[in-house]
Amino acid sequence: MGSLDEFSLGVQLFLRAYPWRRIEPVPWAARRKPLAQCRLGLVSSAGFALPSQAPFGRSILGGDVSFRLVPGDVDSKTLVNHHRSDSFDHSGMLRDVNVAFPIDRAREMVQSGRIGSVANHHVSFMGSITATGRLIKRSAPEVAEHFKRDQVDIALLVPV
Amino acid sequence: MCSQAVSLVAAELERGGIATVSIQLLRFVAERVRPPRGLTVPFRHGYPLDAPDQPRRQHAVLDAMLEVLDLSGPPPVLREFSP
Repeated sequence: MGSLDEFSLGVQLFLRAYPWRRIEPVPWAARRKPLAQCRLGLVSSAGFALPSQAPFGRSILGGDVSFRLVPGDVDSKTLVNHHRSDSFDHSGMLRDVNVAFPIDRAREMVQSGRIGSVANHHVSFMGSITATGRLIKRSAPEVAEHFKRDQVDIALLVPV
Repeated sequence: MCSQAVSLVAAELERGGIATVSIQLLRFVAERVRPPRGLTVPFRHGYPLDAPDQPRRQHAVLDAMLEVLDLSGPPPVLREFSP
């Protein structure tokens, strides 16, 4: 399990005092198909983007709540990382994107028959979002609409 | 912060009828934010799917996430991954 001990004392104090946004009530959607027929969308907060896409904003107060659509068939080695936090080790995900954005693993699950298909586009955020209002009001509903248009059945979400 | 962000997105996806599972790196954050379905993992920040260039270990985490999809409510559901 990740631990607060990984962080500097200042970050630990911030995380202990931060007013975490409580989800209330907690929504629940049942899986409606066998996994082998489900279409999977990924959401990662690791800050990856295509080289052609605008980088995430590193100086936006409260964090950058925008997201990038990453093609499901992208060559994962071409993705560029923009995560602004220096509170964790980036070297693993820079060496292998799949540590934080399992794009190749998702395609392998299709090949093995574990799931039916992957979304045309996955979703990439950059975490470090402390002001969650815009994320809740704007970005999250946009992601939901995008996945619904893409006929996504299940989503796996990966923070860093 | 990242765990809170993906949890809030997961909640919106669930409201839209899409079943989700999110990795959780800090149990106390998961318990406060309450994503619909969460899987705590014993890895440090930056390594939510374990280790780079280890597809089998990464698949083990993903398989565990898919298994959480089959758990019944009531939400929130939080399970622990054991490698």
